[in-house]
Amino acid sequence: MSRSGWIWTALMVVAGIYLLVRLATGGMGLVYVQDQPVEVQEPGQESWSRAVGVDPKRQGEAGVRVSWSRTVGTWLAALFTLCILSFLYGDNPLYKLAEAVFVGVSAGYWMVVGFWTGIVQNLFSKLAPDLIRSSLLPGLPESQDQELIYLFPLLLSVLMLMRLSPVGGWISRWALAFFIGATAGIRLLGYLQSDFLRQIQSTILPLVVVGSQGFDFSASLQNLTIVVGVLSCLTYFFFSIEHKGVVGGVSRLGIWFLMITFGAGFGYTVMGRIALMAQRLEFLADDWLWVIDPASRRLGM
Amino acid sequence: MNLTEFFRNLDRRWIFLLMLLSILIPLLFGLRFPESPSPMVLNVRSAIEELPEGSDVLMAWDFDPASRGELSPMAAAFVRHCAYKKHKLYFLTLWATGGPLIQESIDILNREFPGYEYGRDYVNLGFRPGGEGVIKVVVGDLKKLFANDVDGTSLDELALTRNLKNIRQMDLIVNVSAGYPGTKEWVLYAATPYDLEIVGGTTGVSAPSLYPYIPGQLTGLLAAIKAAAEYEQAVIDLYPALMENDTAQEGLRRMGPQLLAHMLVILLIVAGNVIYFWERRKGVAS
Repeated sequence: MSRSGWIWTALMVVAGIYLLVRLATGGMGLVYVQDQPVEVQEPGQESWSRAVGVDPKRQGEAGVRVSWSRTVGTWLAALFTLCILSFLYGDNPLYKLAEAVFVGVSAGYWMVVGFWTGIVQNLFSKLAPDLIRSSLLPGLPESQDQELIYLFPLLLSVLMLMRLSPVGGWISRWALAFFIGATAGIRLLGYLQSDFLRQIQSTILPLVVVGSQGFDFSASLQNLTIVVGVLSCLTYFFFSIEHKGVVGGVSRLGIWFLMITFGAGFGYTVMGRIALMAQRLEFLADDWLWVIDPASRRLGM
Repeated sequence: MNLTEFFRNLDRRWIFLLMLLSILIPLLFGLRFPESPSPMVLNVRSAIEELPEGSDVLMAWDFDPASRGELSPMAAAFVRHCAYKKHKLYFLTLWATGGPLIQESIDILNREFPGYEYGRDYVNLGFRPGGEGVIKVVVGDLKKLFANDVDGTSLDELALTRNLKNIRQMDLIVNVSAGYPGTKEWVLYAATPYDLEIVGGTTGVSAPSLYPYIPGQLTGLLAAIKAAAEYEQAVIDLYPALMENDTAQEGLRRMGPQLLAHMLVILLIVAGNVIYFWERRKGVAS
């Protein structure tokens, strides 16, 4: 066995023994819920309840029970987190398994959500409201009339699916052309109004700010930085004039502004990644292993 | 082997281990630091605080579990702050995976604000596909896309939404976003053209691209976990009862790992540069 294999085996054995000891002594990874009835809005509708997660310290209270489905979910989430993190040591089959499961589950989730929210709610409920109300969406308002204009998106969807056909796949380009054209039109207007014109407006600032207390140095410096930053960055991206002399100097200043912006972006990214890692580790230590209790959810247990 | 060679040949997995420890140790020992809210965070707080009690607030939760660690604390703080002000909350998401995260916010209302009643004080409109297309529609006619709430109940049957025509009736939009579609799209297609007030909370990655919209088009922005922690502190300053609520301090307790991990990163950058310049100097000398 390779050195890496020995390390993996030793880690697995130690982790297995630790989990067995934890399970035998203090308990861990259990999720408790309480059923809450959901108020029925319409007469004749069947009543139902929603299982709401509660703190483990409430075990023993009336109506509080262990949810085995959520407990299995917590264990799977913990084990898959470890599988993904194992990639930091090196590529391995556990990582590949977690990656494949993630891709598969995501695809399935998107498909189901897309069907119910896009196809049923946004399309079929407009084309055949009575049928959808009596079969899939009992809460669909009575005021919902049939809107035959939605036959057009239905037709476009069918045309798009022609890509899968061995013959006539080119027909899908019509639907695609419509989507691209419509999206470009929507975005063009939005960007022109909100991004282009308003941003120009926001950059036209007084370089000397005089407030009620007299000259405001801080606000003046801020405005000056914005104006100089915008102009120098625009100069850097202006290639019709050779970047020499004054233009070269302003352009170099633009590079500095860009570099500072990228640096700020990188710093924020690092902060974000650390936050994600902290959340996962807290999940492992708190929700799964029960070795810390930062939110006092198991106080007194 | 001298020190520079040791560092040059250091297996990167030792760095990973150090990073793991720098995050794990503060978590295990509950290491926390005081936070003082920045002017930007106070602007966001004021936007919610200065609204009259019972105002209509759209809570657009455009993020997914992948960014939950960064955004969930600020989403929870927004919900608590709005609930203290007794605002009417309208939850929706443009992300298919945002539904369970809205439910987390609603669980906070159920657990900590028992007076909040579904359909009267808050409503969960759920998810609709279409990105900015959804925004374009709901600014004109909300019920064209959201005829039902997330459980399939008609909006005409809920007291809160019976007379709701579109989101232009909202007094404030609160958007927590992890990318596209998110704060930028709400600014471009709702806030700017219709002059609606909006505050946002975003991941660190997307924050720099949103700063140019402040303050003209975006009243305030919570950028990453640091701003979330400051906002939690800002809300605690107004409502000290939250100090007793450990779940309301998720962002604050995540700043311990942030500090140590950032110190490690800075140390590694400095060490790398020192070694680089040391070697270069040695190279020139020889």
